[in-house]
Amino acid sequence: MSVDDRQGPPSHNRRRIMQGLAALPLAALPLWARAQAAQFPTAKVNTSKLAITDTDVTVGQLHSSTGTMAISETGSIQAEQLAIDQINAAGGILGRKIKVIKEDGGSDWPTFAEKSKKLLVNDRVAAVFGCWTSASRKAVLPIFEKENGMLYYPTFYEGLEQSKNVIYTGQEATQQILYGLDWASSEKKAKTYFLVGSDYIWPRTSMKIGRKHIEAHLPAGSKVVGEEYYPLGSTNFNSLINKIKVAKPDCIFAAVVGGSNVAFYKQLKAAGVTASKQFLLTISVTEDEVLGIGGDNMAGFYSSMKYFQSLDNANNVAFVKAFKAKYGKDAVIGDVTQAAYLGPWLWKATVEKVGSFDVDKIAAASGGIDFKGAPEGYVKLHPNHHLWSTALIGQSLADGQFKVVSKSPQAIEPNPFPKGYQ
Amino acid sequence: MSLSEMLNIGLMQGFAGLSLFAVLLLMGLGLAIIFGQMGVINMAHGEFMTIGAYTIYFFSHMTELYAPKLMAIYFPFAIVAGFVLAFAVGWLAEWAVIRHLYKRPLDTLLATWGLSLGMQQVFRTAFGAKEVSPTLPEWLLGSWAPLPGLDIPINGLFVMGLTLLVTCAVLLALYRSRWGLRVRATVANRVMANATGINTRKTDRLTFAIGCGIAGVAGAAFTTIGSTGPTSGSLYIVDAFLVVTFGGAASLLGTVVSAFGIAQTQSIAEFFTTGSMAKVLTLTLVVIILMLRPQGLFAAKVRR
Repeated sequence: MSVDDRQGPPSHNRRRIMQGLAALPLAALPLWARAQAAQFPTAKVNTSKLAITDTDVTVGQLHSSTGTMAISETGSIQAEQLAIDQINAAGGILGRKIKVIKEDGGSDWPTFAEKSKKLLVNDRVAAVFGCWTSASRKAVLPIFEKENGMLYYPTFYEGLEQSKNVIYTGQEATQQILYGLDWASSEKKAKTYFLVGSDYIWPRTSMKIGRKHIEAHLPAGSKVVGEEYYPLGSTNFNSLINKIKVAKPDCIFAAVVGGSNVAFYKQLKAAGVTASKQFLLTISVTEDEVLGIGGDNMAGFYSSMKYFQSLDNANNVAFVKAFKAKYGKDAVIGDVTQAAYLGPWLWKATVEKVGSFDVDKIAAASGGIDFKGAPEGYVKLHPNHHLWSTALIGQSLADGQFKVVSKSPQAIEPNPFPKGYQ
Repeated sequence: MSLSEMLNIGLMQGFAGLSLFAVLLLMGLGLAIIFGQMGVINMAHGEFMTIGAYTIYFFSHMTELYAPKLMAIYFPFAIVAGFVLAFAVGWLAEWAVIRHLYKRPLDTLLATWGLSLGMQQVFRTAFGAKEVSPTLPEWLLGSWAPLPGLDIPINGLFVMGLTLLVTCAVLLALYRSRWGLRVRATVANRVMANATGINTRKTDRLTFAIGCGIAGVAGAAFTTIGSTGPTSGSLYIVDAFLVVTFGGAASLLGTVVSAFGIAQTQSIAEFFTTGSMAKVLTLTLVVIILMLRPQGLFAAKVRR
C-alpha cells in the first residue's frame, strides 16, 4: 500500500463526497457508515501515517497459533475476531471497516518481538490485540514503546508494569489474589495456607503478594505452612502431595499452569485429596483448563477470576450465544477469552471519543473509557491503563463450568504497583 | 504428628518414588530400544506417546457416544490400539525417512525433530489446540485406602502394573525370540549379521516400529496421570532421554536401574527440599556420574 493511498489529499476526499454516496453501491459498510467516514476525513483522524484509508483501518493480531501456548491463546484469537466482526457488522469505527493482519508468535518470545516490529513498522497497524504470557509481553514492550504502537493485552498477570502503549484488559495480581484470600479467610475460615506454583515470574510474583497478604493483612494466626514451585512441564506431583498431607493446610493456594496443571489435579484426585476433604483455591484454572484437567478431577475446588462462562447477565448470554454460533456448540469461554473480547471494543470506544486513531491521543484518553456491553459486566479503564474489575469466586462443577459463589461488592481498583507487597 | 501418621506418609512417599520409577521406565523403554539398539536419536519419541494418548481420547469419546455401557472396559482395548497405531506410524516413518539416514546419526536427530513438529501440527489440526481430557473408567480413578489416612493412587498402581508387563514382554522378546536374536546380532555386528543371512533392514524397521509402539502404550497409560494435548509429548522427551543416556545406551538393564535411581533421588529430594531444587540436585548427580562414566551406568559391549 502506497503512502498516497493512505493519505489522499483533501481535495480527493471532497471529490468523493461530491460524487455522492451512490457511487459506492458495492461497499461493504452501510451508507450511514460511509457518511460517518466522510465526517472524519482520513487526513484528520490519521496524523501518524497509520494504515488507514477512507474505508478501512488495519489492526494486527499477534498470538501463538502454533507451539505450546496455542492451547491457551486460541480462545483469545477467537474472541478478538468475534469482537471485530461484531464491530464491523455494526458499522465499523469512524465509518471504517476493521481489517486484521494475523501474525503467529509461535510460542517463541523473539518471534513475538520480530512480528510486532513487522506489524508496527511495515504494516503500520493502528492497534495490536495480542500476547498472552508475560514473557511475550515483555518481549514486545520495548518495540511498542519505541515505535509508539498500541497493544491490548488480555491475560491476568503479575502487575508491576504500566506503559503508555499497553492497555491491560485482564486482572493484575492484586485484583485477583487479595479478594480470593480475604474470602478464603472470612468464609472458609482458613488459617493455614500451602502455596503451590509453576516456577516462573507470574506464580512467583503472585505468591509473593499472597504471602504478604496472608501474613500482614489477614486475621492474626493466619500463616503460610508451605511454599513450593515446580518447573514448567513437571508431571509428577506425588511427593508434593505427600508434603501437603504432612502440612495439613486449611487452604491449598495454587498457580500451576500448562500441562503440569492437568497432572497436578489428576494426581490430587488419585491421592484422595478431593474437595470433600480439602479446600483448594486456584488463580490459574478457567473453563479452558478444565477441558484438559477433566471436570471430575476438579469438581468442588474454587477458582478466583473476574469472569466465568456461567455468569447470568444479558451481555454474557448474548456473548456466549454469539461465540458458540461462530465456533461451535462445544466451545468454552474462559476468563482470558472474555478479556480478549474487550480489547477491540475498548479501542473502538476510545477512538470514537477522541475522533482519531492517533496512538498518543488514544493513550491519553483511555483512562475513564467504559464499556457497558462487557460480558463480565460494566468495565471502566483506570488512568493506569488497567481495568477496574469485579472479582469472582467460582466453584468448579463436574461438567466443567463454574458456579459463582462470591462476588466483590464493588469493582476493585487496579493497583499494579501495590505498596507493601513487593 | 503421631507415629501411625508418619508411617502412612512414609509408605505413600515410598509409593510415590516407585510410581515415578514406573513412569520413567515406561517412557524410557521405547527409546531404549530405538536409541540403544539402533543408535537412532528419535526426537519424535514424545509424539509417538501422544499418539497413544489421543487414541485413548478417541476411544473414550467414541465409547461415550455409541456404547456408554462399555465405558468400564474400553481402556485395555484402547491401549492395545494405541500400540498398534504408534507401531504403524513408526513403521511408516522408518520406511519414509529413517532408513535413508542410518549412516548419518546427527541427521536423524534433525529429521525426527522435524517429524515431531509435523506430528504436533497434525494433532493440532485433527483434535484442536486445546488440551482434551479422556473420560476414564471409574475403577481407574481415586485412591485405594487400606487404612484411614493411607491413600494409594490407583492410577499409580495401574501404571506400575503396565510397566512391569511391558518390561517383561520386552526382555522376553529381546532375549528369547528370533526377533530379539536378530536385533542383538545386528547391534553387535551389522556386517556380520548381514553376512549370516539376517535381513538387517527388515530387523531395523521392526525394531523401530516396536519402540514406537511401546511409546504409544506409555502415552496411553499417562492419560491417567498427565495431560493430553498436541504438545504433551514434549513434556516427557527430556526425561526419557535422560533415563536412557544415564543408564547406558544398548542396555535395557541400565535403563531399568537408571530409571530407579533417578526416580528415587528425585522423589526423596522433592520431599525434603523443593520441586525445583530436586530437579537441580538430580540433574547435577546425573551430570557428575556421566562425567565419570561417559558410557552410562551399564555399557554393553558394542562394536560400532
